[in-house]
Amino acid sequence: MIRTEEMLLNVGPQHPSTHGVFRVVVKLDGEQIIHADPVMGYLHRGTEKLAENLNYTQIIPYTDRMDYVSAMTNNYVLVHAVETLLELEIPERAEYLRLIVMELQRVASHLVWWGTYLLDIGAMSPFLYAFREREMIIDLFNELCGARLTYFYMRVGGVKWDAPEGWIDKVKAFVAHMKEKLGEYHNLVSGNEIFLARIKGVGRYDAQTAIDYGLSGANLRCTGVDWDLRKSQPYSLYDRFDFDVITRTEGDCLARYEIRLEEIRQSLRILDQALEQFPEEGEIMGKVPRVIRPPKGEAYVAIESPRGEIGCHLVSEGKAEPYRLKFRRPSFVNLQILPKLLVGESMTNLITILGGIDIVVGEVDA
Amino acid sequence: MEPATQGVTFGSVVIEAILGVLTLLIVLGFVTYAIYFERKVIGWMQGRPGPNRVGPFGLLQTVADVLKLLIKEDTIPKKADRPLFILAPALTFVPAFTVLATIPYTSKWIPADLNVGLLYYVALSSISTMGILLGGWASNNKYALLGGMRSTAQMISYEVPLVISVVGVVLMSGSLNLSTIVEGQAGYFWNWNFLPQILGFGIFVIAAVSELNRTPFDLPEAESELVAGYHVEYSGFRFAFFMLSEYVYMYAIAGLTTVLFLGGWHAPFPFLDFIPGIIWFVLKFCLVIFTLYWLRATMPRIRIDQLMSLGWKVLLPLSLVNVFITAVVMEFMK
Amino acid sequence: MSEENKKRESEQASNREAEREANEQDKQQEEPKEDSSAQTDGEVHVEPSGKATPNKDAAERALENQNPAAEAKAEKHEEADKAAKAEKPDNAEKPEKKASEQAADGDDEAAAKKKAAAEARAARAAERAKKKAEEEEKPKEPSPKQPVLDRLVDILKEHAGADAIEEAYVNEASRHLPTVIVKADFWTEVATILRDHAELKLHYLRNVTGVDRETHMEVIYQLINLETKQDYAVKVKTDRDQPAVPSATPVWSTANWPEREIYDLLGVDFPGHPDLRRIMMADDWEGYPLRKDYSPADPEV
Repeated sequence: MIRTEEMLLNVGPQHPSTHGVFRVVVKLDGEQIIHADPVMGYLHRGTEKLAENLNYTQIIPYTDRMDYVSAMTNNYVLVHAVETLLELEIPERAEYLRLIVMELQRVASHLVWWGTYLLDIGAMSPFLYAFREREMIIDLFNELCGARLTYFYMRVGGVKWDAPEGWIDKVKAFVAHMKEKLGEYHNLVSGNEIFLARIKGVGRYDAQTAIDYGLSGANLRCTGVDWDLRKSQPYSLYDRFDFDVITRTEGDCLARYEIRLEEIRQSLRILDQALEQFPEEGEIMGKVPRVIRPPKGEAYVAIESPRGEIGCHLVSEGKAEPYRLKFRRPSFVNLQILPKLLVGESMTNLITILGGIDIVVGEVDA
Repeated sequence: MEPATQGVTFGSVVIEAILGVLTLLIVLGFVTYAIYFERKVIGWMQGRPGPNRVGPFGLLQTVADVLKLLIKEDTIPKKADRPLFILAPALTFVPAFTVLATIPYTSKWIPADLNVGLLYYVALSSISTMGILLGGWASNNKYALLGGMRSTAQMISYEVPLVISVVGVVLMSGSLNLSTIVEGQAGYFWNWNFLPQILGFGIFVIAAVSELNRTPFDLPEAESELVAGYHVEYSGFRFAFFMLSEYVYMYAIAGLTTVLFLGGWHAPFPFLDFIPGIIWFVLKFCLVIFTLYWLRATMPRIRIDQLMSLGWKVLLPLSLVNVFITAVVMEFMK
Repeated sequence: MSEENKKRESEQASNREAEREANEQDKQQEEPKEDSSAQTDGEVHVEPSGKATPNKDAAERALENQNPAAEAKAEKHEEADKAAKAEKPDNAEKPEKKASEQAADGDDEAAAKKKAAAEARAARAAERAKKKAEEEEKPKEPSPKQPVLDRLVDILKEHAGADAIEEAYVNEASRHLPTVIVKADFWTEVATILRDHAELKLHYLRNVTGVDRETHMEVIYQLINLETKQDYAVKVKTDRDQPAVPSATPVWSTANWPEREIYDLLGVDFPGHPDLRRIMMADDWEGYPLRKDYSPADPEV
């Protein structure tokens, strides 16, 4: 008789495919996973605690550092929460600028996901192609607000910087360029037999499970649930644009892959329209009191980040600092389904499934 | 260079030893620049320049890397199986180097013109699997163990279709001697084995890539899953040995492909015969190497269960069919 | 050197001194001005009252007296801003006048101006307060979501018992979010009803927040029906010393980690939770960092 025993394997916290300092303790029988326990908190900085001692403008840079792949949407959810409590009017030009940077950010974020996911699956080149295009977006942001990753661009009541001369034209040029490249991506990867064999049917779940686990973003839409906060609970100016919510019904990694790539195209569509409608001139800051003290009360606002529903629960006591600030981080909530998906899968699929969920550890741990 | 089958004298031993060292140096030079070109070629494919800092055009980059590896501290994990840990890199490297002896570069330059050259190659190259398994096991690391096991399973599985796919070639030329096989492919390029043996060629290339543990079959060292696979605990010159044997194998497989299927030193058209045979050999050899790089820049990685089922359920039956068809056709052509 | 020259020189020197003084004062005056632009700058926010001149402080106090507590604080600050800006030219002029030996005159003038300004401000503020009071007297229009809330309360009362709900209101600040406060004892039952009732079907739990209210603890569940797009908030209050809220994880799997997070950071116990242990902090961490009275064991951390 051959004696077999289970093996306990620590995947992470320093592992190339956990996308940061995230750890999964897996119990293996050969290469098959029989139990998985995610361990997090290595990047926990206590953003919510820190926020309680900062005024609202000071908190914005902290949101940049949560989901550092999509800082613009994080900026927005905080300022949006404060503006909801304050019942502020945002000048149109500022709102358009916010929307444009958020959609650019969505493209950039999906590009990062696309590149790193393929890197996880063993294809090296797409990563560099994706980062080539993302670099262009970063350059645009750099020109707009002087930062490449943590932008600190939005303020309560508007945005900090107006679009420099010719910036809108540059964005237009980028959108055209990106449309072309998207076709190239599909040609390069989407039909690859090995790639399809790796992700088709992997990490499958149905709509009911997805809703029960509170998944959002592509993780929810891959099961056929038509839920995109840009359409379902329109915020900003999203009700002015014509775009589709992409859904698939398979619920596997391939469906999520297709949705994210297709969402890039939809974002480009929104950008096209937004750039057309962009007001020639106007204010970029609304009438904001010098010290922002939202009235006593609480509000929950949620927007669609590239990873799903990012929410902000703000409890104000009428002071310059929030009484309690809670972020609903999509990566954190989406990750919960991981242990369930992993049971019975192989070590290789662990990476495929984890990558398919699309987490950013800065956001998981906050 | 004379084959070493004549009487052994002191002088001949010395000459052979010198030749051996020379070949080693050539191989090391090849490995150095194979790595350089791999990085350059993949760099270009990915829209970046590749190494360009050390020396002119970055030509000395690999030299610097090797130097770094050699002067690095040699670490052996405390709980590793020490003797086996030390043995493993050598066990991987030695067979990789010895198989080179049978590869004929031109009709005259044949390091060892063995009658059973092909068999010798196949037999020896299996040994290095042991080294990889030992290295993975002796490291006392779970990732290394998984990588070692994967690697063993993979190499054993693909050894079989690899060997059977060349049986067709052996049948056609009626010899296991590699230089005889090349002689049989003289004339126009459609006489080269890759056309009559197109099925065998395909199977051979796939199995060879897998034997080399290169993308898309680089599971043993799948860095995104197993960190680095069997050599995760190795550093310094022991790690260099693993790397070296990998590239020497690449050299060997590229040589073997050229010899078995691409007509060795023969020109594609007889009127091009004025160009020396070695040039043709090197060109074909580089083409094979380049294809391997190209694959690496293009392909994602296959999954272990898919790899196994591809090997046993597709490649093995196909290679048997190939043998059968070759035998039947040859019988009728007689 | 003639007498005249000497005299001129000393005069120049004293002038220069006066100038320097004036400059310094200018600088001091300018600082709060920088502050006022800080909201666009956003780097550091210093409260205006921290650096304001005594005059301004007084103005603010006067304002506070004028404005009843009902007055929105934000508006008050806007007022204070305006006041600060209005004062600035006066103050800036002042040192100049001093330098030209009209100090006494200028001071008087400035004081008079200030007084007038304060009076005007007080009058304006009083007017606004009056207007506000008038507005408040008018009956507040019921929120458009009031029927939704009433229906929810009816359903819950019908199925979970009349005592289940402590309070129900529409949170108008949060886009008219119907909010109910549920007693902890009834929470498991209410949660099941919320999920399974044919009219509610709240299968999607968006968010769970814990709040330390200092007098008690609150756990807030944000729910939404993905088809009707109607969202609700449910609050469960619990004692602060022995905080315990029945876990919602058996009802919504989403609640698992957020509840662990609340347990970890606020120390709220969730009986019925399948796997309640710390999630963000180390397993042996002492204390609950998000509590208002939390002080780290090692202040250096």
